[in-house]
Amino acid sequence: MNPGREETLTTDGAPRPDTTPPAIRLVGVSKHFGPVKANRSIDLSVRPGSIHGLLGENGAGKSTLMKILFGMMRPDAGRIEIGGRPVAFRSSADALSAGIGMVQQHFSLIGKLTVVENLILGRAATGFVGRWLRPLDLESARRRAIELSERLGFGIDPMARCETLSVSARQKVEILKALWGGVTTLVLDEPTAALSPPDAEELYALLQNLQRQGTTIVLISHKMPEIMRLCDRVTVLRDGAVAGEADVPRTFADPAERHALEAKLVRLMIGRNRPEVPSRSSHIWPSVLSVRQLSDGERFGPIDLDVRGGEILAVVGVEGNGQAQFVELLMGLRPAAGGSITLDGRNVTGMSTLNRFQSGIAHIPEDRHNLAVADAMSIVDNASIGFVDGAPFAPTPFWLSRRRRARFAAGIVRRHKVRAASIEGPVTSLSGGNQQKLVVGRELSRAPRLMIAAQPTRGLDIGSTAAVHEALIGLRDRGGGVLLLSLDLTEVFTIADRIVVLRQGCIVGETTTAEADIDRIGSWMSGVEQEARP
Amino acid sequence: MTIDSLPTAAPIAAASTGRRQARMDPAIMAETLRGETGVAAAGNMGLLPRLVAHFHALSGSLGGQVLTFTLTIAAALLASMPMIWIGGSDLWRTAGALFGGALGSGPAIAETLVQMVPLLIAGLAVAVAFHASLFNIGVEGQLVFGGLVAGIVGASLDLPPTLLMVVCILAGMAGGALFALIPALLKAYRGAHEVVTTIMMNFVAVAIYEYAVSPTGPFVAADQPSATERVPDGARLPIIWEGTRLHAGLPVALAAVIVVMWVLYRTPAGFRLRLMGANQGAARASGVSIARVTILAMLASGALAGLAGAVQVLGVFGRFYAAFSPGYGFDAIAVALLGALSPVGVIASAFFFAVLHAGSVPLQAVAGISREMVGVVSGLVVAFVAAQPAALRLLSALRRRYAGAAQQVGQADTEASK
Repeated sequence: MNPGREETLTTDGAPRPDTTPPAIRLVGVSKHFGPVKANRSIDLSVRPGSIHGLLGENGAGKSTLMKILFGMMRPDAGRIEIGGRPVAFRSSADALSAGIGMVQQHFSLIGKLTVVENLILGRAATGFVGRWLRPLDLESARRRAIELSERLGFGIDPMARCETLSVSARQKVEILKALWGGVTTLVLDEPTAALSPPDAEELYALLQNLQRQGTTIVLISHKMPEIMRLCDRVTVLRDGAVAGEADVPRTFADPAERHALEAKLVRLMIGRNRPEVPSRSSHIWPSVLSVRQLSDGERFGPIDLDVRGGEILAVVGVEGNGQAQFVELLMGLRPAAGGSITLDGRNVTGMSTLNRFQSGIAHIPEDRHNLAVADAMSIVDNASIGFVDGAPFAPTPFWLSRRRRARFAAGIVRRHKVRAASIEGPVTSLSGGNQQKLVVGRELSRAPRLMIAAQPTRGLDIGSTAAVHEALIGLRDRGGGVLLLSLDLTEVFTIADRIVVLRQGCIVGETTTAEADIDRIGSWMSGVEQEARP
Repeated sequence: MTIDSLPTAAPIAAASTGRRQARMDPAIMAETLRGETGVAAAGNMGLLPRLVAHFHALSGSLGGQVLTFTLTIAAALLASMPMIWIGGSDLWRTAGALFGGALGSGPAIAETLVQMVPLLIAGLAVAVAFHASLFNIGVEGQLVFGGLVAGIVGASLDLPPTLLMVVCILAGMAGGALFALIPALLKAYRGAHEVVTTIMMNFVAVAIYEYAVSPTGPFVAADQPSATERVPDGARLPIIWEGTRLHAGLPVALAAVIVVMWVLYRTPAGFRLRLMGANQGAARASGVSIARVTILAMLASGALAGLAGAVQVLGVFGRFYAAFSPGYGFDAIAVALLGALSPVGVIASAFFFAVLHAGSVPLQAVAGISREMVGVVSGLVVAFVAAQPAALRLLSALRRRYAGAAQQVGQADTEASK
């Protein structure tokens, strides 16, 4: 890994030699939230009429940057130029009137209203009469919606209620809404996140159509194929700074050239080459966890699965394919409808969550904010979550040690290098990465035989990610089992020994990391291919 | 570090430890018990800094709390001034009547403390529920029902006086807890929102006592309509300041403060309660039974409310009167909020509201201001407490804009969310 080293394919940022000014130019834009630097002196220049990709992992600062561009946030430093003129947006209304439209990642349509009503929501009408007394001119709005929708080939019924529309149709309405005020630059934040592949294809065609009609498009994404397919130029963000930029040729003479560019972009995005596999576990012990025919009676299972001692088993799959249900079943937060869970030879299927902790399961929840830490409580309190039943902290129900808990928390803080001003302070005084280190330290203190780590590094910076990985690998080397649920294949390849693929609540494929083939895993995840399991 | 050199077998050995032992890595456990690391420094901080650090841990920053408390009261009093002025009264005379009436003499102070006792205990009841993220609006009903049970038990049981007093208090607490049990069960197992159910239970409480002491009711006194028979004098809470009405309910209330503090911050049950209140998901994920903690929190809250009722019946009136509570249970919400839910803060805010209550009579007599003005002020206090997060957010936004330094963002947001 080489954090800190930044690579630039082309030294750019200044306007092109041709005379047209860039459609958007950001110079030295910085924004920080407390200690977190979301954007660090970002320069970005978007050619008019191009599709410009903004590539980066979660938490790289893409969304913050676009919120600044759209006037939803103010930068701490730097300036914005639109078509060569410097602007200072005070709100998104300013951005709209400067010709910038934005499609947010999450839909903002009101289901009970029709398409037209959604389109004109909050628009235009000025003055007392216009705002309060004049009837809405739905008829002309409807005509305009039809005209716009036909010109772009959307095929949307403007009188349909939004709640009756499909996801992809709603996405189109969002785009119509962004284009409504006659914008010349359209920003899309992960527009295909919720779309199925065919719907995404349709959206791509639509964006290319828009481009032909002269609209400049900024596409925020972390999906490589979509960037390669659509963009003329791509800027890669990493850790809030520009890691590099590259032109994407429309055609490649040689597929190898394409792969080389993709590899370069991935390296810029994640800050390292395809990770070399660290030393695998030297010794595999018998199974720590054995799951047999486990199901929740709804959409999960039945599945069979074994995690051996000294092994990190990664469960991968598209989000929402049963990962959450699996964790809840293992932790006793969701009753099993059938099957068994055995830990070190003991059947824990019917046990309470607390007894599962006692039996040797630990859990790093996926959703730290909602499941792992309590914001209003102190670091000491957060460190002692799950330890307050019995000695050493509460040998009797009438006493909960302060001093021991403080010493325990201080131990975690020291061992896991949690950067904390004071352990008596609220847990929110820690950055996200440090909160996660605290959670990891807490869970490791349970002397787990099985660690369930659900996306343990989501949203963390590189340093914290490495620390979490190190902790999991350390547990593995001591003979514990780790069940890693991750959406991040890079992470999976970095630390896992074995990979199973979960799709629609069932295991559809299994491989060792050494023999793993990304394309094969991808086809398992998307359901193209299903491994015949013995 | 010994952690890395753990033998593989150790965790399995830990798994077989007894029930009253939380599973913990043996090396970390040893380190935790040995106490050679980390906050050994806490030992040489001196008492006062340690106390301050303690309160800091409990509730953000102590100075900030005191400041917030003072500013909220000041804002409420300031905002009520125009109304007093419109009412045609002189502000200084009003203030003199209010504070002089409440604090001007020994007996006046005693009367203020008498008013403070039920507000304090009921405020604790609301605060305990709030710590579990439960909004117990039914404190009034629980308080009245607890008072009724205490009055009936005191009038009908034939026990040695001191024992009877203790039994009355426990019966009152049990009555309040019982009254909170129904909303608690509905919340825990049916998901019915406690705000709705506790409000409705308030009406049930009124209906029950109106029946109990109606002219044909089973517990009405022979010599007094709408009241139960007298509790024997020996079983009443003794007067602790001769010549005034100040009774032993005050030490009882202060003891309740200490008990609540201990339970909330120094017992595993209190930890679970606060954890559930702070983040239900995290509580559930760490093995806390949400249903059980919900029920226990509501029972504790109801028991405190019942204690307030029993103390009022045994300390002030010596019998249960219909409408003996002028809405202590509702004022208690304002008390708990102004006290920022901290047991110590509740003492201060209960005292403030007691001053308002005790001063309202001289206010009417001297300054000619309706005692309803007290209700206006307490309403304003609640409004300003509700406005605190917004005010703090505004403050931090201004600070960010002018100072540029945004180091405190997380801090300010935490304070704001309290």
